[in-house]
Amino acid sequence: MIKVEGLTKRYARHVAVKNISFEVGKGEIVGFLGKNGAGKTTTMRVLTCFLPPSAGKATVAGFDVIEHPFDVKKNIGYLPETPPLYPEMQVDDYLSFVAKLKNIPSADIKKRVDEVCERTAIGEVKHTIIGKLSKGYRQRVGLAQAIIHNPPVLILDEPTSGLDPEQQQQARQLIASLSGDHTIILSTHILSEVEQSCSNVIIINNGEIVAVDSVANLHRRGRTTEVISVEVAGAEPPRVRQKLEEVPGVARVISRDSRDGTAAFEVEAMENFFVRPDLARAVVQSGWNLIELKAVGETLEEIFLDLTRSERGAVPVKPDSAEAAGAEKAT
Amino acid sequence: MRNIITICRKEVAGYFASPIAYLLVGLFGLIFGFFFYSATAYFVLAGTRQQMMGQGGAMSVNDYVIAPLFGNASVVGLFLIPLISMRLFAEEKRTGTIELLLTSPLHDWEIVLGKWLGAMIMYICILAIAALNIALLFAWGSPDWRPVLTGFLGLLLQGGCVLAIGCFISTTTKNQIIAGAATFSICLLLWVLSWVSSYNEAGWAQAVAYCSILTHFEPFSKGIIDTKDLIFYISAIFLGLFLSVRSLESLRWRA
Repeated sequence: MIKVEGLTKRYARHVAVKNISFEVGKGEIVGFLGKNGAGKTTTMRVLTCFLPPSAGKATVAGFDVIEHPFDVKKNIGYLPETPPLYPEMQVDDYLSFVAKLKNIPSADIKKRVDEVCERTAIGEVKHTIIGKLSKGYRQRVGLAQAIIHNPPVLILDEPTSGLDPEQQQQARQLIASLSGDHTIILSTHILSEVEQSCSNVIIINNGEIVAVDSVANLHRRGRTTEVISVEVAGAEPPRVRQKLEEVPGVARVISRDSRDGTAAFEVEAMENFFVRPDLARAVVQSGWNLIELKAVGETLEEIFLDLTRSERGAVPVKPDSAEAAGAEKAT
Repeated sequence: MRNIITICRKEVAGYFASPIAYLLVGLFGLIFGFFFYSATAYFVLAGTRQQMMGQGGAMSVNDYVIAPLFGNASVVGLFLIPLISMRLFAEEKRTGTIELLLTSPLHDWEIVLGKWLGAMIMYICILAIAALNIALLFAWGSPDWRPVLTGFLGLLLQGGCVLAIGCFISTTTKNQIIAGAATFSICLLLWVLSWVSSYNEAGWAQAVAYCSILTHFEPFSKGIIDTKDLIFYISAIFLGLFLSVRSLESLRWRA
């Protein structure tokens, strides 16, 4: 549905996006992940025909963004970083205005407006002036605006930014419910969002793609050993440490902060050892109180930071060959 | 065509949803009302004096009241129009709504034309106040209606011309104040350009004076439609809108 080949976007002084290529299949939800200023918005703006690429090619729904911008625009719904709202308009007036811009026949406009209002749960503020809405509602009106013409491709630039946790959850559910009929690219720097709603992830850093992979693959990557956080009360930290180190399968024990009679450690297990039951037993049998014991998996957050930290040494990874490519250096 | 109407309606609604429309109509009403009162009061005084002196011949309402009023209206218009045109694109650029317009299946010229027409309608609403005043003359007198029509045509053309220039200036900035101030300065300059011809007879001076917006308006206020003036205004409108379209297009390339 979306195909980007060797896309480069240069601004007057700097290069925002350097020679990136990726593809998004029909019905996929792809998370576009990167720090602020990594080039997410620029890439999206190129895809929506808002900015022309400096070099390279981008096609959306089979249409080239330079040669057939009109057809591209008809096929996309776009939610920019700040929702493009007119504060003086009423929600329903605004949505019918957008519907007209998107060439929806006049007879269907009312029906479509009602539908998207219901879908994005903004029915109760339909007759409110946009300027009086809370941030959460505005974001949802922005989303309603993007889906009003039922476009096959949705491009959402940070759709959940500025929402409270509950609203974020609702927005994610809404986006997830849109998948299937819609191909969606959403950018974000909230990683849990990608984990929850996206099937694939594109990680971009300094204008270059550092990883294209499925969420599951990214998780699997680099996780060979288990790390467990243990918190114990009622004992001297050094003694606890010693005890923990004695547990079979423990590779390393790292002290974390200890205070008020509780000692916290991070225990690294050896490969293929499941040490959690033994750790618990060791603590309890020594007569101490076990306050906490939990596995600290490598989160997407850490993977992301790892990938974006090493700027030059980053390895672009092709989908489906994550493990193999993770080791060797590709160009 | 549908897109142009959509944009135009949104613009007009936008003016009337904010205080700006009421403020402009109110201010114009106040200023024009004062001019109207002064002009008629003077006319009445001069008329009675003439009768007392026993001088013959009726005074023409058209010459003594309506023509000067149109002149006043066109000057007041020059001051108010930048306030109409400044928000056209500057506001959309600042709030980011321009992204919606530029990523919708619309041609750039449709956006520009729609916005310009919306601004024109706003301007016409302002002129309606002038029409209301002049209608009073028809209620109590019998002025010739033809110069009144040409006068309004002249005001429309002049306003359209300034709005087109203002529209172009608005595409170049995110800041409404800058757009308004720049449009106002250019309007003022275009107004006083005609002074050049009063102290310089050279060809270039004539050419510069020809560019003055106000000199082309005078014939209209007297009931004369000169093709020269028509062409001047229409080409100025076209130029302003053309530059706006080009400037809008360049937004993408300059980013």
